[in-house]
Amino acid sequence: MTSNQTAVQTRPETPDDGREVIARAIGLTRRYGDTVALNEVDFTVREGELIGLLGPNGAGKSTLLNTLVGLRKPSAGRVELFGGDPAVPANRLRLGMTLQETGVPATLKVAEAVDLVAAHYPDPENRDELLVRLGLEEFAKRQCGGLSGGQKRRLALALAFVGKPRLVVLDEPTTGLDVESRRLLWDHIRNFHSQGGTVLLTTHYLEEVEALAQRVVVMGNGEVLADDTVEAVRGLAHVQRVSMVAEKLPELPGVISEERIDKRIHLMTHDADQLIRSLVRSDVAFSGLEVQQATLEEAFLTISRS
Amino acid sequence: MNLALTHTRYQLLQLFRIPVAILGAAFFPAASLVFFVVPNTRDNPTGATLATASMVVFATMISNLFGHGTGVSDDRAQPWDPYTRTLPMGPAVQFTSRILTGVTMMMLSLIPVVIIAALFTPATIAPLDFVLAIFAVLITSLPFTMMGLSIGYLMSTKAALAVVQLIFLPMAFAAGLLSTPGEEPGFIQTIAPFVPARGAVELMWATVGDFDVNPVAIVSFVVWTLFFGALAVFAYRRDEGRRFR
Repeated sequence: MTSNQTAVQTRPETPDDGREVIARAIGLTRRYGDTVALNEVDFTVREGELIGLLGPNGAGKSTLLNTLVGLRKPSAGRVELFGGDPAVPANRLRLGMTLQETGVPATLKVAEAVDLVAAHYPDPENRDELLVRLGLEEFAKRQCGGLSGGQKRRLALALAFVGKPRLVVLDEPTTGLDVESRRLLWDHIRNFHSQGGTVLLTTHYLEEVEALAQRVVVMGNGEVLADDTVEAVRGLAHVQRVSMVAEKLPELPGVISEERIDKRIHLMTHDADQLIRSLVRSDVAFSGLEVQQATLEEAFLTISRS
Repeated sequence: MNLALTHTRYQLLQLFRIPVAILGAAFFPAASLVFFVVPNTRDNPTGATLATASMVVFATMISNLFGHGTGVSDDRAQPWDPYTRTLPMGPAVQFTSRILTGVTMMMLSLIPVVIIAALFTPATIAPLDFVLAIFAVLITSLPFTMMGLSIGYLMSTKAALAVVQLIFLPMAFAAGLLSTPGEEPGFIQTIAPFVPARGAVELMWATVGDFDVNPVAIVSFVVWTLFFGALAVFAYRRDEGRRFR
């Protein structure tokens, strides 16, 4: 946990363009025993933003979300939700949330679960319409515990939206969903956003961020590594993975990191063409050459480690 | 309040969908009555009435300690629990609904005790006293409710179950619930007033029969109730869901 990992941070916050601040973390640190999950994170969500939070497992994404909604208390620094303390119930009235681990009340029926959550809000969505929109209408009378993993996840999303929230916080909303369900959810999120809703979601899928988000925040080791538009972050993180089966490689130019997994050597580089030219010129024996665009996560891990 | 009632309704709905759990809560006090009170109080209406009152307190202990202790800790182990903490409701709604659910389950677990006492023992009670006894049950169950909630919010399911099983029988014994009033073993007479269940059972005895309560027992009953109430609130606030090391 060193502070020089913030080297690629481009913009610590979105500019103050007059839009209302919906949620904010200021110098937020959260420790679990000796582990630092968040290290002095500054992060602001403004009205109408659609933010994708990207980062490998253990980067601190879930801890950031859970602290913003009041599930976890800061070890240092502070958080604000709708201008107040998220631990105060009234400040969560315009919040909808799905947690990483899908929770449904096993013995309640789907319709009952929606009714129970709807009872917390002054002007909830129509239950039956909501179930239709998320493709759950045929399961309304089934007990939640009997739903498949994907159905449970869709129910959790229905619950996040039932209170007509201004902000939805979705922790890996599409993990484990099939392609069709994922598209359905993306449409739902886009629709919600186009009507002025604010969305903060975590994901492992670059395509999801590209399909949905305007702003990307990349986290690693409890810190914000980058915070910018999708295009800008992609440019920053232009990293390619060149891998091949080889015994030993000579010193090659432009290699950011080198890793051996079984017989394959994986090289991360900003310029794969240059690297391969040098590789061929070095006359070393290799086979099974592959060049891949690194995922944003890989790119930022590579940059933050080097 | 409306929200608390909604939560109560759904909590009861969930419990009633597993009927065996309700039978389990009602079994132990009813069985104690059948095995210990029925054969020993055949010609003794006063003794039968007081013994039934003791079993009622025993039943409220079991119902609330197990119901809240294992119920809350089990709920906290489910991913549904942290989700509900993101809903716009505070501890008041959570506590009120849990207490109302607990009271309902407790009253249900008392029905067999009352029926067995009425049919198979010479225990008697005036109608007005019976109504008073219902209120007495609500008050005397408070420390066990708070104890159960404290255990539930402080411990994992397995730990909560072990702790409840370890404390309920010794506490009943130490309070003199399993002895005839006034004929407890000497050391029980010494410690009983300081046990939370003693004040509870003395209030019940005074409600259903002719019994002079010990002020020390009542004061310690109040102190225990406040202590466990504060502990339950503290435990709720400290809780961030299930923790693993």
